[in-house]
Amino acid sequence: MSDSTSTANGAVVEVHHEHPPYQRHHFESVDQQFDATNFAMWLFLLTEIMFFGGLFTSYLIMRNWYYPAFVEASHQLNIGWGTANTAVLIVSSFTMAMGVWSAEMRKKGMLILFLSLTWLLGMAFLGIKSIEYTEKWEKFHVPGLHWSDSSFLNPASDPEVYSEYHDKPLAPDMAAKTEMYFFLYFAMTGMHALHMIIGISILTFMIIRARQGAYTTGHVTYVENFGLYWHFVDIVWIFLFPLLYLISRY
Amino acid sequence: MSAATIVSLPDQSTARIPKMNFLTKENGLLSWLLTGDHKRIATLYLISISFFFFVGGSLAGLIRLELLTPQTSLMAADTYNKVFTMHGVIMVFLFLVPSVPATIGNFVIPMMVGARDLALPKINLLSWYLYIIAGFMVIYTMAAGGVDTGWTFTSPLSTHYLNTHVISTGLAIFVAGFSSIFTGLNFIVTIHKMRAPGMTWFRLPLFVWSNYAASILMVLGTPVLAITLVLVVLERTVHIGVFDPAYGGDPILFQHLFWFYSHPAVYIMILPGMGVISEVVSTFSRKRVFGYTAVAFSSVAIAVFGFFVWAHHMFIMGISNYAALVFSLLTMLVAVPSAIKIFNWAFTLYKGSITFETPMLYAFGFMGLFTIGGMTGVFLGATGTDIHLTETYFIVAHFHFVMVGGMLMAFLSGIHFWWPKWTGRMYPEKISQLAAIVTFIGFNFTFFPQFILGTLGMPRRYAAYPPEFQALNVFSTAGATILGVGYLLPILYLTWSLRYGAVAGNNPWQATGLEWQTQSPPLTENFPEIPIVDHEAYDYEWLERQQEKEVASVG
Repeated sequence: MSDSTSTANGAVVEVHHEHPPYQRHHFESVDQQFDATNFAMWLFLLTEIMFFGGLFTSYLIMRNWYYPAFVEASHQLNIGWGTANTAVLIVSSFTMAMGVWSAEMRKKGMLILFLSLTWLLGMAFLGIKSIEYTEKWEKFHVPGLHWSDSSFLNPASDPEVYSEYHDKPLAPDMAAKTEMYFFLYFAMTGMHALHMIIGISILTFMIIRARQGAYTTGHVTYVENFGLYWHFVDIVWIFLFPLLYLISRY
Repeated sequence: MSAATIVSLPDQSTARIPKMNFLTKENGLLSWLLTGDHKRIATLYLISISFFFFVGGSLAGLIRLELLTPQTSLMAADTYNKVFTMHGVIMVFLFLVPSVPATIGNFVIPMMVGARDLALPKINLLSWYLYIIAGFMVIYTMAAGGVDTGWTFTSPLSTHYLNTHVISTGLAIFVAGFSSIFTGLNFIVTIHKMRAPGMTWFRLPLFVWSNYAASILMVLGTPVLAITLVLVVLERTVHIGVFDPAYGGDPILFQHLFWFYSHPAVYIMILPGMGVISEVVSTFSRKRVFGYTAVAFSSVAIAVFGFFVWAHHMFIMGISNYAALVFSLLTMLVAVPSAIKIFNWAFTLYKGSITFETPMLYAFGFMGLFTIGGMTGVFLGATGTDIHLTETYFIVAHFHFVMVGGMLMAFLSGIHFWWPKWTGRMYPEKISQLAAIVTFIGFNFTFFPQFILGTLGMPRRYAAYPPEFQALNVFSTAGATILGVGYLLPILYLTWSLRYGAVAGNNPWQATGLEWQTQSPPLTENFPEIPIVDHEAYDYEWLERQQEKEVASVG
């Protein structure tokens, strides 16, 4: 049972019997360790749901109040890029799941391959996102910092979007509310992107560790829990995409 | 005080603190700063929250001094605003929320469930570092000129009108929030997955149940506050956002999001304290807690109902009458599980062999003061009375009865109760009984007059007031002085006892919790061998049989 036993003269002898090296000292068994850390990850994801919940609540209220502004502002987003990013993330979830599977099957090469693919897809997502953010900056659609209402007061001034949607000009007070849309757009996608950046950083660390042979000795907890995090971040995007890009399409 | 006592100490001439314990295992600053041991992290937490309690308490002293006279005599009105804001921020986020869970809970929960440590020791340490970072950010805020929004950060006051350090305070609370999320998460995982063989849910001490309930609130409520503060900070930096009506936002939305956390936070602050009281009342009346299951479930019920009462902070803020009606009813409902606890403690005392050691005196203080605090909460939950009493000193008195009269009393009760386990030495009994009584008297002098002031209509959060309120304010300030003495005494004699206190032995109180069945101070791994639990919580007959067995085997 115990890892250390006091001998008669008070010295402590460390006795490691049948414990795999990755079992932490305070757990009684590997199963308990896996159960506990896995449960902790699910709880953490629960706090993440509540965290994003505050943003989604604000979004829903503002969208109900300023629906016309939200529709026209959403037309400024590029559905092509949004769809591409959705696809990128879904594929990355698949490669991540394959990574977990490779770790369980103790296939080191495949694990490194799938983790690297996930890493690449995550970077691709951020790359596409930065293209979109740059476009917002160029069109004065960054609230508070680089902002102008003119695309909504006079939609025809923006022929590319106008030719597709033929939006009517918004009244000045409603046009001003498009800034609220972009505030929420940047807050929500920014918070999501921050989670992606954290995820990619951990992935980098995991790839290095996987090359040293970690995770393929039967100890898959870390990979599995990271997989849960990665899928969660994907699911957040699955909600963000329709709410931000497709307002007038459903 | 009668001579009756349950304290049984080992023979002082031969007794020694065990050479090998969690305090002596490793030496050096790094062994503390990089520790994974829950008992060491609890010690770090205890030192840091005591520091912030001292800072917050000094600010409270300044507030009371300013209110000694009707005019703004000690400080200007805007300084006063900063002082009460910093008092609130420090006391709520840096003292009350982590007080019992992060110190006492951290220390005893793994032992109570029969584990070697919390499930996630590194996350536990991370939680302390986040707390310290938040603490430094708050100190920075104070040094840089403070913040004067009140601890509630009401928008648009916080986002539009004020030019003080809202951003650094907001981020500090964001960081402190994650510290509390990680503590709560660790507790839930530990209680679910780390219980010793035979330790079923209904054999857990009630302290564990109440911390479990508080942890649910921490894990589900705190992230909402975190995102709300992020939105406030963004709103201040880019001057567009969802809260300020000038930008098209909704200030009521801020109130909803803020109180969605900050009302449950009240239960985060009080539930662990209730757990302490359950342990202490049972130990010092030598009886199993009456209605164990009811007390256990009432903690969970408080956590669940606690999520559905937040709008009672907003009755005068423009929510609909129907919403006010529903939230008023739900508020009264949440008083029921609290009352269940008070009644069950009273029944535990009934025909018990009561002794009056210091933890018990604090527990009696808790029961009286929390009852008054809780009952006045029902007054405030009734919409009609709320409209008259809200934003007056009645509110101030109400929540100080719950937070200071309740939680702080429980915290001190718990610190005295587990002090022998923590340090291996007893605190001096007589002077600590005196401190408990001084605290109780000082507390009532300070806060009872504020109920009267509130009913008379004295508004809160002003540096000046009409001269006819002065007499009661002088009473209150005088009481605060006595209260201050009551809080300084424990700091002095507990420090003294670290070196000169009597050696406590394993179980000075003859208590039944697993933490008392191991040496004091405990080993780093808590138990030489993981215990197998074959008895219910608070089973004093089991304890007696254990001790007979021990005597027999030693003899």
